[in-house]
Amino acid sequence: MELDRLAFTFFNAEIAREYWPDIAKGFFVTLQLGLATIAAGLALGLALAMARSFQMRVVNWTIVLFADVLRALPPLMVIIIFFFAFPYAGMPMNAFTATWLSLSLVLAAFSEEIFWAGIVSIPKGQYEAARSTGMSAWQTLLNVILPQAVRLTIPPLTNRTIAITKGTALGSVVALAEILGSAHSASSLAGNPTPLTLGAIAYLLLFIPFVLFGRWVETRFAWKR
Amino acid sequence: MNEVLQQFLNPEIISKVWLYLLKGLGTTALLSLMVVPLGLASGLAVAALWSLRRRWLNGLLIVYVDFFRAFPPLVLLLFIYFGLPFIGIEIPAIVAVAIGFLLNTSSYYGEIFRAGIESVPRGQWEAARSTGLSWAQTMINVVVPQATRNVLPDLISNTLEVVKLTTLASVVAIPELLNAARNAQALTYNATPIVLAALMYLVLLWPVVRLISRLEHKAVAVR
Repeated sequence: MELDRLAFTFFNAEIAREYWPDIAKGFFVTLQLGLATIAAGLALGLALAMARSFQMRVVNWTIVLFADVLRALPPLMVIIIFFFAFPYAGMPMNAFTATWLSLSLVLAAFSEEIFWAGIVSIPKGQYEAARSTGMSAWQTLLNVILPQAVRLTIPPLTNRTIAITKGTALGSVVALAEILGSAHSASSLAGNPTPLTLGAIAYLLLFIPFVLFGRWVETRFAWKR
Repeated sequence: MNEVLQQFLNPEIISKVWLYLLKGLGTTALLSLMVVPLGLASGLAVAALWSLRRRWLNGLLIVYVDFFRAFPPLVLLLFIYFGLPFIGIEIPAIVAVAIGFLLNTSSYYGEIFRAGIESVPRGQWEAARSTGLSWAQTMINVVVPQATRNVLPDLISNTLEVVKLTTLASVVAIPELLNAARNAQALTYNATPIVLAALMYLVLLWPVVRLISRLEHKAVAVR
């Protein structure tokens, strides 16, 4: 196929001009969804890891169960459960909420495991020394253990966060008007895949800075033993 | 309570759909068997190219790997499946899945194998080459076995991710487990097939998650 035809098909300027506002709207939905997911997922994951550090058996088992189930289920399956199954329990939710909830819970499960692995790898001596200077368990956790544990776990954490945030594209499966959803409908409407190309560019605009930011966080804050 | 059971674990519906879902599970398994070896092989190829240490090649590889790790796999799949027909290339859904997953998994596995190969001490290379082994023989017989052993936890973890990725094939109407569950749910107006599919995924993947948990704890502790 000639280069002209390729350009006309995938990089059609007229169609791009017509449909880019839709893609831009989708971009903001994806951005909101991504930020909301990261905030909720990491906060919940850290909270669960801290809860686990208090060594109460029932709490531990519940957390491990939660983490195992949400790491084993495919994220798309979780979204489908929240979007299609929960209405039968009297809890209907829109596409944004279902996608946000699913991805946050999945990120919480993975990040809890990562944080926990970090907390466990801190030598017991740190805990004992801190306690023996008179700090309470909470103070030890917040001032001594967590700063070390979190910095140890930054590389796997940034990796996992980026991977799960790419799952925002899955929202299109339940008709969420994020980048892929709007790009796909625009493509079908226009009979031309240029909106899909615009969508791909939008994703790159969103995720390449994200990946670079993750790398910067790693080099700046991570500890290497 | 009974109502919840009727809506989510309806025995009648279970007896009607479980075979259908089982077929879907079989397709998921076949998809995984196709995609995982392809990914491993291509990832190993990427890492092998990296170990040649040619600057121009490494530059290309970095762009390739970073691009396909940043790009959401679902977008890639739909781009291939819906975009290519516009330039006259009609491909069946399964081929689109194969190509899309190959591009995505090759970059993830490539990074893992690269870390593995770099973790093998340079002395191994030098010793092997000085006994007369060619570059290829060194790679196959000395370096790759050690590299694989070093990164086995990461490989298993990523393989789990790839198996979970097969659910994306449902978006291009490949009759794997999630697709079967959604169809059954639409036909029966009941959430039971979805719950059943979730249980099947759990039974299949939970043991792997437990295994990875064990390995992960060891990995961070060693760092």
